[in-house]
Amino acid sequence: MPIVKASENRVKTGVHFMLGNYALVEGAISAGCNFFGGYPITPANEISERMSQRLPEVGGRFVQGEDELFSIFACTGASLAGGKVMTATASAGFNYMQEGLGYAYTIEAPLVIADVQRCRGENYASQADVYQMRYGASGDYEAIVVCPSSVQELYDYTIWAFNLAEEYRNPVIIMSETTIALMRERLDIPEASKIDLYNRNYTSLSPEEYMPFAAPEFGCPDAAPLGAGYQTIYSLNPHDEKGSIDWDPEVFDRLYKRVCGKVKENADKICRTERILMDDAEYALIAYGSEVRPAIEAAELARECGIKAGVLKLCNVWPVPEKAISEVSREVKGIFAVEMNMGKYVNEIARAAAGRCPVVPITKNLGLVHTGYEIFEDMKKGVK
Amino acid sequence: MSELKINPRRKYLRPEKLPHFFCSGCGCGQVLNYYMQALEELDMDPRKMVHVAGVGCTARIPVYIKTDMFHGVHGRTLAWATGVKMMQPDTPVVIFAGDGDVASIGGNHLIHAARRNLDVTVVMVNNMNFAMTGGQVAPTTPEKARTMTTPYGSAEPRFDVCALAQAAGATHVERWTTTQPIQCKKAMERALTHKGFSLIEIVSQCPTHFGRYALKTGDPNAVIAWIKEHTYTDAQAKKMSPEEMEGKLRCGEYIRVEKPVYEGTNELM
Repeated sequence: MPIVKASENRVKTGVHFMLGNYALVEGAISAGCNFFGGYPITPANEISERMSQRLPEVGGRFVQGEDELFSIFACTGASLAGGKVMTATASAGFNYMQEGLGYAYTIEAPLVIADVQRCRGENYASQADVYQMRYGASGDYEAIVVCPSSVQELYDYTIWAFNLAEEYRNPVIIMSETTIALMRERLDIPEASKIDLYNRNYTSLSPEEYMPFAAPEFGCPDAAPLGAGYQTIYSLNPHDEKGSIDWDPEVFDRLYKRVCGKVKENADKICRTERILMDDAEYALIAYGSEVRPAIEAAELARECGIKAGVLKLCNVWPVPEKAISEVSREVKGIFAVEMNMGKYVNEIARAAAGRCPVVPITKNLGLVHTGYEIFEDMKKGVK
Repeated sequence: MSELKINPRRKYLRPEKLPHFFCSGCGCGQVLNYYMQALEELDMDPRKMVHVAGVGCTARIPVYIKTDMFHGVHGRTLAWATGVKMMQPDTPVVIFAGDGDVASIGGNHLIHAARRNLDVTVVMVNNMNFAMTGGQVAPTTPEKARTMTTPYGSAEPRFDVCALAQAAGATHVERWTTTQPIQCKKAMERALTHKGFSLIEIVSQCPTHFGRYALKTGDPNAVIAWIKEHTYTDAQAKKMSPEEMEGKLRCGEYIRVEKPVYEGTNELM
């Protein structure tokens, strides 16, 4: 995997007071994004607005298309043509993108999608689409979804998302939320020389030797430039290592085991979590996205009252950081799954905890982030 | 002993993919043939081009060509093509899509790509129905025609896709039929050398579905004869009354002009 440093002309090194959506754009530009296809939707508009200004400055291309289907397919086309590509949308717009996302998973196109979740049709905060990010498209695939919890992380995780997309040749979704997307706070952008970027491997084989979908058992294939004689068919249909459309059951088996396996079998390498106040914790709050900060506040409140609480912050929700959750379930008397929806990801946490301790949902679906006090109050009910 | 003659244009095809899967009598093979003739005439190498196809019978045409191609999602050909053109403006991009792909599910992408004057060529094979799925009504099905989903006849007027593309801003539009090989080939040559959005519609026979359901014949010759009766050239039009032209498609050039092509927002910076 060729690792390079970010280009200086793309990185706005320094301390900023920046809008979350803008920080995400700066992360993408730092990561080498050179194509963005978008369609207006609130609360993601500031992403395409800033992209339309920033991309031409660094020699990239910006297109506002006719709909979200355009965005996702234009991104896939640009990605296969060698681009580092991105689109952004919000819940309702993400519905339309599922078709293109399914195609991108199957033909292994690296691309990054920012989904700024909102409540149904309105600009209120929500985490109700956490399962859609994983299971929205038809077919067999594995999703990679990172979930920033602050403006700083919108910058950092966007670079991470681009690196994951290139490393695994898989779409990567940035699960943003109205809360952090429309928040302004401090952002530290490091020097370009401190930012490592992964770029997809290009084949060194000749067109005669090259097989577009040949890869190690749980790896991803090397790419080939488009229009350079490699004669690749990028088809949604089941295809063999040569890219030839083939409905043979063995071809199905090999293709889907590898396309899913490259993410599933590398989950421990992909997943990131952070343990906060966990060293002596008897109770753990597990949270992701903008629920992380009130969860930390709740743990601090609990400690003031003599309850030894800690927080496991999930930096990505898919693939499920099973190892970290399972470890926590061995250490504590109980887990609280904090979410801004009717209770969804709690199922994954319960599955990873495998009955080793009770897993209690703490949910709120009112278009508002939990306060630390609310989480603390709910938590007290479950502490024995 | 006579030597086995190999079609010289077979060099463009993937040998492992042959024989093709088109029904006997289908026009898609003819379109592929005309296209290869155009490539040869212009000395263009499909390996240095990108071909885009959606879903349907026509979408299978570039699967047989030695080229980089996208396949398998219905109607999104022009969105893919825009992404490719933004990254590789000098790579020729040709789209093969049926009437269902271009005018039905992909209609929105068609009008906007035409409006932008995206520098690509669209070869739309119009067999007047959804053939691969078994012969359902399409936006291009003639009014009152019987299909698998219009057992009592279609109650909808049909789209004139060439007029639609021209109105949307396409800078090169032509319509021909599979019975006009020279015109098809020349039109494709003009499209491949045109800087801007080209749409070449080729009205084609589908004996398997359109023939059997709408015309009550599975004979390709009979379907071809019907197409000849239901299209006219500009020369023929001079001798026809407006009533005689009613319900028939005009073959010929609709527009061919030069306008700035779309390259993203950057050019105005």
